[in-house]
Amino acid sequence: MRAFDPDRLIELVQVIVRNPMRAFLSSLGVGWGLFMIIITVGSARGLENGVRADMGNDVANSMFMWAQSTSKPYKGFQRGRSLELNLADVAWLEENTQHLDLVVPEIQLGGYRGSNNVTRAAHTGAFDVHGVDENYPQVNPFRITRGRFLNPGDLNAQRKVCVIGNRVETVLFDKGEDPLGEMIQIQGVLFRVVGVYKPKGTGEDAENAAESIYIPFTTFGKAFQTGDRVEWLSVLIRPNVDAAEAEQATKDLLLLRLNAHPEDKRAIGGWSMAEEFQQVESVFGAMRLVSLLFGALALLAGVIGITNIMLISIKERTKELGIRRSLGATPRRIIQQILGETLFLTILAGLCGMVLGVGLLELLDSFIEDGGDAGVFRHPEIDLKTVLNVLIILLGMALLAGILPTLRALSIRPVVALRSEG
Amino acid sequence: MLSLRSIEKSYPLAGGQLPVLKGIDLIIEQGEMVAIMGSSGSGKSTLLNVLGLLDNFDAGSYHLDEVDMSELSERQSARYRSRFLGFVFQSFNLIAFKSALENVALPLFYQKIPRRERQKRALAMLERMGIADRAHHLPSELSGGQKQRVAMARALITTPRVILADEPTGALDSVTSNEVMDVLREVNSTGITVIIVTHEADIAARCDRTIRLKDGRIIEDGNSKVVIEPTAHGYTPDAS
Ligand SMILES: Nc1ncnc2c1ncn2[C@@H]1O[C@H](COP(=O)(O)OP(=O)(O)OP(=O)(O)O)[C@@H](O)[C@H]1O
Ligand SMILES: [Mg+2]
Repeated sequence: MRAFDPDRLIELVQVIVRNPMRAFLSSLGVGWGLFMIIITVGSARGLENGVRADMGNDVANSMFMWAQSTSKPYKGFQRGRSLELNLADVAWLEENTQHLDLVVPEIQLGGYRGSNNVTRAAHTGAFDVHGVDENYPQVNPFRITRGRFLNPGDLNAQRKVCVIGNRVETVLFDKGEDPLGEMIQIQGVLFRVVGVYKPKGTGEDAENAAESIYIPFTTFGKAFQTGDRVEWLSVLIRPNVDAAEAEQATKDLLLLRLNAHPEDKRAIGGWSMAEEFQQVESVFGAMRLVSLLFGALALLAGVIGITNIMLISIKERTKELGIRRSLGATPRRIIQQILGETLFLTILAGLCGMVLGVGLLELLDSFIEDGGDAGVFRHPEIDLKTVLNVLIILLGMALLAGILPTLRALSIRPVVALRSEG
Repeated sequence: MLSLRSIEKSYPLAGGQLPVLKGIDLIIEQGEMVAIMGSSGSGKSTLLNVLGLLDNFDAGSYHLDEVDMSELSERQSARYRSRFLGFVFQSFNLIAFKSALENVALPLFYQKIPRRERQKRALAMLERMGIADRAHHLPSELSGGQKQRVAMARALITTPRVILADEPTGALDSVTSNEVMDVLREVNSTGITVIIVTHEADIAARCDRTIRLKDGRIIEDGNSKVVIEPTAHGYTPDAS
């Protein structure tokens, strides 16, 4: 390969130096387009990050089901019969399902913002108390910051142990006090704290999730006289199984098990995180697409601008091109020159727009960080892959912008070019 | 050797064709110094452009050193312009935003000669033209005579076989014109063919051979002293 000739670059710089205002104006469109793309894609990502952080402690393939009242008479039963699930139903479901990996029974005490139900010494608070089994963290993951979660031994022996959220700890314990091994009183029954957890994710949901207490399902039934009644099921759908299909199949099984009409739509309630996730996913997909589309339109306008300016520039420099050809410039050298100028202008402008865009995003990001809680908008960012993709698009657009001016420059015969004024 | 046979060329005109060259037969040997004269519109520049491969022709044949020029691609023409031909124009045709040195070095840029050597040779050529001290001036900062010296340096830098000059003194006063002719004579003495289009008898007189065009035809061709002798023909060289 021949050594790079510095004059090739000097020629390009001369174009800009000779008419800086024009170079600036013609680049403005492309720069603005790139800036727009970076900002919109980055902001969309920021919104996405915020929502994802709020959904952080939710497992994408989880689903919740509970028994309600029948809406159809069936096998001699009247409609309006209220259905109930118990541990035997859970075991039966686990045995017969084709769609689920895990079924966790769950029962709860002291509903949302109920009266104070938990006390320890002089401290008292109102918390959700859940009876669950040892598999529960798979459905609703959190971080065990101290001690452990419930284990099969706790369930078999119906131990009076509990795992508390970090907000429960702050309410019931003094600063610096170690809750592990301490006793707390839940509706008059004493439980020993064996673990403390912290929810994943941030936001209001996570804060609420930090105010729960988990005790063995079996202990719950005995201590609070609910026996083996199951309030609802938290389940995990098998990988690669469609969420809607799994939901319907599970409902069908439960209807069968509970002797309800197979077509009864209201007998079993259900809520699928997977479907929720899919919806959110498609919203963000659409948002990304729209922001890219608008950016691309801005970019296209910029490219048309550059093409236009280059055409004018070639018209003005017809004489110069004629002189160059009289001095032995081959068509290829003319192509290199015009295409080079267009690429140079476009890419310079594009890079400026990109740098400004990324800079603004970073600024916004640090601003939000400093401001603390940012609600649903956090970490507006753009990843390297997107940047590279945009660069490739930019290069393509620059080539596109150069085609017409280059063809124009080549179409002028040397003698005509030399004869032109200017 | 340049050899034209029955060259014809016309320009498209609204409602037809304007014939400009109507059968030119011409042979110019290597190392000749030739003036082309004729009244305005007689086709002098057109002929020079054909010779310089800047323009095409409609009929006839053109051989440069036995090579047929009529079938050249634009790329091949560019190669010939780069290696064999040098141009000097009445309006200098310097690139305004480039310094004298950059202008002179440009043909070597298109020959892909390294920058350092380009600069060296361009400076040497400016020195030969006696304007090395103006190497870094822009054309707008030069006098007409200086501009034409830069243009001649640029035409000569590739050591072409042929210099084609279209009224090189047309924009200069008589003293400067003479200096330009001194340079061209000196160039010719090194064996380079020089072809000059001119209106001026004084200029033609400094060439060895003069060709007179009229209405796209060669009407006279011979020793300059004979062709431009006004009394022998009953008209002044510039009239008719
Ligand atoms: N591109 C063109 N299109 C149409 N007609 C042209 C074109 N170029 C030249 N002509 C015509 O061709 C004829 C010859 O032009 P040319 O330039 O060769 O004359 P010339 O002898 O160089 O004249 P001058 O001494 O004025 O420079 C003129 O009548 C001119 O009008
Ligand atoms: Mg002319």
